[in-house]
Amino acid sequence: MTDAERQRRRTRIRRASMFAVAFVLVAVSWELYKAVGPEKGGTIFGTRILARTDDRAMPHIWDMFSRFSESEVRGGEDSVFVVVLRAAWYSFRCALAAFVAGSLLGIGLAVLMARFRFFERALMPYLVISQTVPIIVLAPLIFSLMAYNSRELASKTWLAAVLLGVFLAFFPVAMGTLRGLQTTPSAPLELMDSYAAGWWKTLWKLRFPNAVPFLAPALRLAGAAAVVGVTVSEISLGVRYGVGRLILSYGQEATSDPPKLYTAVFGAAALGLVMAAVVVGIDRLLMRNRPPEAV
Amino acid sequence: MRHGRAAKLAAIVSLAGLLVAACGDDESSSDTTAAAGGTETTAAAGGSDTTAAAGGDTGAGLAVDVASCTAPEGAKVKLQLQWVTQAQFAGYFAAVDQGFYEKAGLDVEIVEGGVDIPPQKTLASGAVDFAISWVPKALAEREAGAKVTNIAQVFQRSGTLQVSFKDKNITSAADFKGKKIGNWGFGNEYEIFAALSKAGLDPASDVTLLQQNFDMNGLLSGEIDAAEAMTYNEYAQVLEAINPDTGALYQPEDLNVVSYEDEGVGMLQDAIWADETRLSDPAYCGQAVAFVKASLEGWAYCRDNAQACADIVVAKGSKLGATHQLWQMNEVNKLIWPAEGGVGVIDTAAWDRTVEIASGTKNLDGATVLTKAPDATSWTNDIVNEAVKLLTADGVDVNGSSFAPIEVTLTEGGA
Repeated sequence: MTDAERQRRRTRIRRASMFAVAFVLVAVSWELYKAVGPEKGGTIFGTRILARTDDRAMPHIWDMFSRFSESEVRGGEDSVFVVVLRAAWYSFRCALAAFVAGSLLGIGLAVLMARFRFFERALMPYLVISQTVPIIVLAPLIFSLMAYNSRELASKTWLAAVLLGVFLAFFPVAMGTLRGLQTTPSAPLELMDSYAAGWWKTLWKLRFPNAVPFLAPALRLAGAAAVVGVTVSEISLGVRYGVGRLILSYGQEATSDPPKLYTAVFGAAALGLVMAAVVVGIDRLLMRNRPPEAV
Repeated sequence: MRHGRAAKLAAIVSLAGLLVAACGDDESSSDTTAAAGGTETTAAAGGSDTTAAAGGDTGAGLAVDVASCTAPEGAKVKLQLQWVTQAQFAGYFAAVDQGFYEKAGLDVEIVEGGVDIPPQKTLASGAVDFAISWVPKALAEREAGAKVTNIAQVFQRSGTLQVSFKDKNITSAADFKGKKIGNWGFGNEYEIFAALSKAGLDPASDVTLLQQNFDMNGLLSGEIDAAEAMTYNEYAQVLEAINPDTGALYQPEDLNVVSYEDEGVGMLQDAIWADETRLSDPAYCGQAVAFVKASLEGWAYCRDNAQACADIVVAKGSKLGATHQLWQMNEVNKLIWPAEGGVGVIDTAAWDRTVEIASGTKNLDGATVLTKAPDATSWTNDIVNEAVKLLTADGVDVNGSSFAPIEVTLTEGGA
């Protein structure tokens, strides 16, 4: 084992333990506030500022986790853990599909805008506007557009969820890639010109590699956006197998079983983490042959 | 090298395709029945003697010439629910499960609803053939241009309650004075406003109206004095929660319940809606008769087999627990049965009351559900009368005059 490897390994262990420590810290502060905070909530000048701390509003962390091992409905074979895991896996696949499709769309748009300034001028305002529309409005809108066009699509709410994920994911990728394509230094570009390389060849050999460092952070945003887009529309449209729908269902049971809702929330959080890991993996893959100073 | 990259790209793209397909139709059990060429004649045997609807000052509704309708044979139709699978829709699931739709010549697919999927809108778009919706909401959509017509009023009574703890002494709408009254908003608040004005109270000054979540935690924590609840859902959720004072479940004796139906301001709720523009098409109107007939047969089955129907709904993937589901089934039965005028037949008095409240009662913003009374073609009894006649001929009890609700013991969390 070389020194560098040892160093890297140590960094990795430190990161993993910091993650665990942060989680414990959040759990401890939750319980701490629950222990010392006002049970009925605190009001300042008639406005509720401090959250209620009773078991209904803030269940104990261990109550939330204990729900995982219980069976979801009496007589049912599946535990809550299995149900949440299955739902999160379903939503993860939807979000991943949205992420991949959105990223490809974003890169495609960026290339188009880099190639033809005409497109950049025409498209850019609309791209910016597109991201200012609230998601909560978009999900039903996309769905009703689908339903108007086809009877078959009317029962495919999951497709509307994926489309919304795509819609949110493409934007950062398009912006990041465009920036990268446009900031290629002029010296190598002139060199490519002197080689009589065509635009596409220059794009592939020079502009794309130059855009990669811009693409990496854009992909992180896109990954998060895809997850948000999919889970939010699952809540809004009631997509049958998704973790968003589970949050909705367990939220309805919150009267008699407040901690149960948190199992679905944890499922959604886990889904976000896995997506982040996937994006980091892609990042590593893209940056693998890059000398550190180029980053 | 370049070839390798292109191949990798192609692999990624096809992987994305696979993933989309994988995330989509995961349905292990489909909600469709395989219609094996149902040959039983349903609508064709109609007669002109069934067209007379119960009289009223709303007129006779939309006239549908049921005699000219053609009975379907294995027609594929879609039903849009207004919420996710639960016993509120048990009759339709039972009609699938028991083969009533198949017998009537229909292959029915049941489409679940969601927070932002208004069934009457999906119906008007042509994406589905029939929809379940509350009357005021569907009429509001109709006023906005969606040509939907009520063809069967399944729930004859309103299931909306205002639930409070005994110590608040709220036994009628008049007792709302000075209290914090929860409501869901979004058009679910009009029965409350109608009850308030009937009791001579001013909604703006005599009560504090609070926006309520879809759980009952506001009531349990004391932030709301009286919370809006459906008999078949939120009321049961309170009875499934542990009372911290006793360590046991809350009991009906701990609570006072104000029923808007009993207050005389009940608005009609779950009804079957059809696309008015298509009802003149003999094929569609035949489907409508067959659909209403088989659906009502499903509801008659659920009246007599509450437990079996609750089990059907649980098997269809409802997340609500088994005892909660049975409670819901039983309460829904109470909203349908007994049906003195025949199951699904629109009672014009209740219809007129609903329309009157919807167009005359203002909420705090001064808005009404409807700006004017809906036109006469917004409802029809021709189809349901025909369906009831066919059911009677088949020996199905369409009045349920001997209906007696069962006793349901709720458990913690409804499990």
